[in-house]
Amino acid sequence: MKRVLIALLAGLLPLTALALSGEEVMKKSQAAFLYPGKDFKARVVMKLVTKDGQERVREMTMLRKNIGEAGGEQKYFMYFFQPADVKDMTFMTYKYPAKDDDRWMFIPAINMVKRIAAQDKRSSFVGSDFTYEDVSGRDIEDDAHTIEREDKVGGADCYVVKSTPKAGDADFGYKLTWVSKANFLPLKEEQYDRKGAQYKLFTADEIKDVKGFPTVMRRTMKNVQTGHHTEVSYTKADYDLGLEDSLFSERFLRQPPRKWIE
Amino acid sequence: MATRAWWTTALVGLLLGGAGHAAADVNVSGFLQQNTAANTGGANPNGRHDKWMEERVQLKLDAGDGAWRYMAKGDLAYDHLGRGDQSELREGYVDYTAGSWDLRAGRQVLTWGLGDLVFVNDVFPKDYEALFAGRPLEYLKRGIDAVKLGAYPEFASFEFVLAPSFRASRTPDAQRFHLYDPMPAVTNRETVKPDQAEGGLRVYRDIGGWDAALYLYRGFQRTPSMRPDSLAAPTKITFFYPKLATYGVSASGRVGEGVLSLEAAYYDSLDDRAGSDFAVPNSQTRLLAGYQWQPWEDFSLGLQYYAEYMQDYGAYLAALPPGLPVDQRRSDTVTVRATQLFLHQTLRLSLYAAYNTGNHDRFFNPELRYAFTDRVWGAVGANVFAGKPWGQFGQLSHDDNVYVQIRYEF
Repeated sequence: MKRVLIALLAGLLPLTALALSGEEVMKKSQAAFLYPGKDFKARVVMKLVTKDGQERVREMTMLRKNIGEAGGEQKYFMYFFQPADVKDMTFMTYKYPAKDDDRWMFIPAINMVKRIAAQDKRSSFVGSDFTYEDVSGRDIEDDAHTIEREDKVGGADCYVVKSTPKAGDADFGYKLTWVSKANFLPLKEEQYDRKGAQYKLFTADEIKDVKGFPTVMRRTMKNVQTGHHTEVSYTKADYDLGLEDSLFSERFLRQPPRKWIE
Repeated sequence: MATRAWWTTALVGLLLGGAGHAAADVNVSGFLQQNTAANTGGANPNGRHDKWMEERVQLKLDAGDGAWRYMAKGDLAYDHLGRGDQSELREGYVDYTAGSWDLRAGRQVLTWGLGDLVFVNDVFPKDYEALFAGRPLEYLKRGIDAVKLGAYPEFASFEFVLAPSFRASRTPDAQRFHLYDPMPAVTNRETVKPDQAEGGLRVYRDIGGWDAALYLYRGFQRTPSMRPDSLAAPTKITFFYPKLATYGVSASGRVGEGVLSLEAAYYDSLDDRAGSDFAVPNSQTRLLAGYQWQPWEDFSLGLQYYAEYMQDYGAYLAALPPGLPVDQRRSDTVTVRATQLFLHQTLRLSLYAAYNTGNHDRFFNPELRYAFTDRVWGAVGANVFAGKPWGQFGQLSHDDNVYVQIRYEF
């Protein structure tokens, strides 16, 4: 009897795979893109490029630790190397699903740790074309997700998922995400404003396996309306380093341990 | 002067020594800066028309070797308004970090509490002259020579500070600013600095999603009090720093769309607990409530309400010599800070304003700052003061200035 059941289930599997809902695709995508490993460390170089090609560089080390399962609570720690006027500045976020984040920053000039307001996840991250949400994720429940169609990006089979904010106060109309069927990473995303005009384009430009986790090592976010774009590359990336919970504290915001930020 | 030369030598030595010690991870950075502030009203008491005019080079050396880390930040500076060489060691310390404790020894900047240019538990020295003369924000704080021990057991974090020698806040120079002086005819003046150690303890932890802290301090007032040798016919004034203990708490957490900050402290005037010595500040309660939020993208708004309450007002009134301005028992101040960022956060327009509802003391500081490149930024701003001639800001009402800061970072 058991064997029959297994055979039946096995027979059903391809069907269920086909029948993934838009929400399930986005959940798997979030897990693959923002939650791989128990923890993560990357040296991040962010280039802000104007329409005329003028560049500004922001360089930081980003540390992330998952507290629970994919989709659950996370802690982020960032240390800035560049530009010079924010060198040694650190930034910490406790990210909660379905609740506003807690954020703190350390201002070395006056040696002060400040809790900062964080209700606006749609605001720019350090002046780049990425928002806080683009960096650490948007709650899946905030949008309704439907699979629009299937498509290919650079030869990779993708689901194209349309996500429409459930609440009317979002600053964007909807977004389309090309999610790889193979590894569930978002390979491309188009964000549309409330009038239905495209205003942002995200592309994953280089993907590499790091400790078995497919990782987007280079990505670009372009504001197609202004022509400004931001390129992000990880010059180093690693998973499962054993980051301790105590790292995400005021003590280390003030004195970031060299071994974790270099 | 001798001290300055010593610091300069020590700094250069440290930098060279550090560079020679190339095995450890050594990092040298710094900046070149020009800073000028020009009066918009009349002249200074010394006849000049500028509050500030200097060039400055900062060198910062940071070297680490496992649990040990060394940091030295020194400025070579030249003032064009008569002070000449202004070189100083801003910070210079050694850090030792262990698993659940750490130690920092040397000259360091300490900041306690949550206020924005309002100080409740931040008992450490400030540089008010820097604030009023249009210098960059980092010059608001002065380092102290101290040992700081951090201990981090599970249930809370502890920060003990012990400073063997006292360092005062820097008040505006009477040559450059029009300061209220109740006895201008008495020119024989001396300053007596405390020769005892000071110490403090900060304990902090999370309580239900709030950052809570407790502060204890025993030391001295940072700004001097004045005592004439005689009230009837004074011939000499002695400036001194009365003994002070403070006991305080603070909490900050998310409320609605923003961050609420609450802070309170009791200033125990140890030299005059009865409040009957007019030359020593009365014991005081200080309260602060602040709220900061982001109404729209790249715009941040911070509001503060700050109160000082004199504990022994009857005794104060009874002891106050005639002719001196009478302070109200309670002083209420509101402040606002609005900051808008433009051009991918490379252009910042900000305004800080403070208003005392009792004596109408006012201070405005608008500023525009632009990062021309990742290495070069400049700021222009203004300091505007108004109020009664003896008020904290009102006495500076002839000292309004506009300033320029330009910095190249390397």
